Amino acid sequence: MSSIPIKKDAGEIGKANKRKYLLEKVSGRVFLFCALLSVVSLLLIIGFVFYKGSHPFIAEGYSFIDFLLGSDWVPSEDKFGILPMIVASIYATIGALIIGVPIGLFTAIFLAEIAPRSVAKIISPAVQLLAGIPSVLYGVFGLAIIVPFLQNNLGLIKGQSLIAVIIVLAIMMLPTVVTVAETAIRAVPKTYREGSLALGVSPIGTIFKVVVPAAKSGIMTAIVLGMGRAIGETMAVILVAGNSLIIPTSLTDSIRPLTTNIALEMGYAFGTHQEMLFATGIVLFSFILILNFVLARISSKGGN
Amino acid sequence: MRKLKDNILLGLLWFAAFLTVAVLVMIVGYIFYKGIGLISFDFIFGDYSPSGGGGILPMIVTTIYTIAISLLIATPIGILAAVYLQEYAKQGRLVNTIRFATESLTGIPSIIYGLFGAVFFVTTLKLGMSIIAASLTLTIIVLPVIIRTTEESLKTVPRTYREGSLALGTTKLQTLYKVILPSAMPGILSGLILSMGRIIGESAAIFLTAGTVAAMPASIFSSARTLTVHSYLVTQEAGDIELAAAVGIVLIVLILILNLTATFISKKLNKANY
Repeated sequence: MSSIPIKKDAGEIGKANKRKYLLEKVSGRVFLFCALLSVVSLLLIIGFVFYKGSHPFIAEGYSFIDFLLGSDWVPSEDKFGILPMIVASIYATIGALIIGVPIGLFTAIFLAEIAPRSVAKIISPAVQLLAGIPSVLYGVFGLAIIVPFLQNNLGLIKGQSLIAVIIVLAIMMLPTVVTVAETAIRAVPKTYREGSLALGVSPIGTIFKVVVPAAKSGIMTAIVLGMGRAIGETMAVILVAGNSLIIPTSLTDSIRPLTTNIALEMGYAFGTHQEMLFATGIVLFSFILILNFVLARISSKGGN
Repeated sequence: MRKLKDNILLGLLWFAAFLTVAVLVMIVGYIFYKGIGLISFDFIFGDYSPSGGGGILPMIVTTIYTIAISLLIATPIGILAAVYLQEYAKQGRLVNTIRFATESLTGIPSIIYGLFGAVFFVTTLKLGMSIIAASLTLTIIVLPVIIRTTEESLKTVPRTYREGSLALGTTKLQTLYKVILPSAMPGILSGLILSMGRIIGESAAIFLTAGTVAAMPASIFSSARTLTVHSYLVTQEAGDIELAAAVGIVLIVLILILNLTATFISKKLNKANY
């Protein structure tokens, strides 16, 4: 009786369905395209920086070894050696790790294991805010407080020095180290702690002998991420580094890390000079890539 | 003996936490102490005068421009990319590549983004040192943040929601925008707010792509300076710590408001789901 209208409906539904399926297919493609944009961006960044940075060595006959191991950076005389900056970056990063990691790690342990709820409720937002403060302000603080303090107490002519950079970077990596390490420590199963306590180990002994070793891969991740933050920091470092082009031999030497070299000269550099700044970027990039690789190794191990 | 060792370690733990908080209090305290004298209505809403004494409205406007433009581009791309990774993709080589790229982008220092922006957006695309060039660079910087936070909040949407919706005969797309995205919205929003914080705090990349012109930007194609770049330049060039700190207060208050909003929204999320 009503078979004809039903057929008609079915036809319409079929049409609507077709549109739905088409939409479904198209939207899947659009989503994929958006996801691929991050791959494209990464490739573009690597491509442009490496293309620009490798040009002097490929087309203009500069030696890459001289670039890496040369200790003179005088763009006006066509001398481009970045050894002082590489050394400065490495020293500053290691120094910041030596100060920042123990403090950050202990704060993380404190927050995860020791802190009474009320205390943790104050410290956690504080760490979060510390993470959010623009890096420039760390530099302003460093220049206004840390630099004069060092100048007066160490009897330096100029307070802007390796040690000032180390202190500022140590402060800046704190929030990263604290939050990542805290998450890792909290993820350790409760049974580990209970087992250890049941064997008669003291609460503190349990933390350092059972919980921290169990959270090892997360803690390593925290350290590597903190390191990445330290080696890549630019604006805060410019303000407290002093920017002298020497290979630092003491903590009180004025330094110029890789990042600040780029930021300071990019404004007026052109030609080979500018390309050499991109080459400086390649070196910095390589450090970061190595860190990423280490990080991937750690997290794949942690997964097992 | 063991007791003594335990107590020393416990003392060190308290000391480390105290130190962390003390550093924060010192930095924020110092910035406020030094800069609060300059804060006034005219300072925040007054036009900048190069001779000094003017306000920072141009820098605030520039900062707002960069936030608006980069989020306008990065938000749809980031959310859809996360949807692809979480809801559509078959796990495999392609997804791993995309994840690896996204994670690598997170690790790249902002000065490298600045270099890239300076050669790609400023020179190759001929945008010049401008707000738009800086915003496009910032888009790439916040993209991984948005993808990651969106992915995380998509993960928290219970499977049963999807199954229930699909069982009613809806298509994947309908389930996505009628069921999944609405329940993931609070998480996505707090991710966007975090990205705003990231943009506000960024300096090196903006410094190399937007330039340093201290004037009200005529359009998004003019060179201008954001709050952070202004704070840096007055410190570096004029040594004016007081002014830098006053700009710092504005920045910290903005970040604080954003943090609180993000916390508030994610708390709401927890209440809504359980």
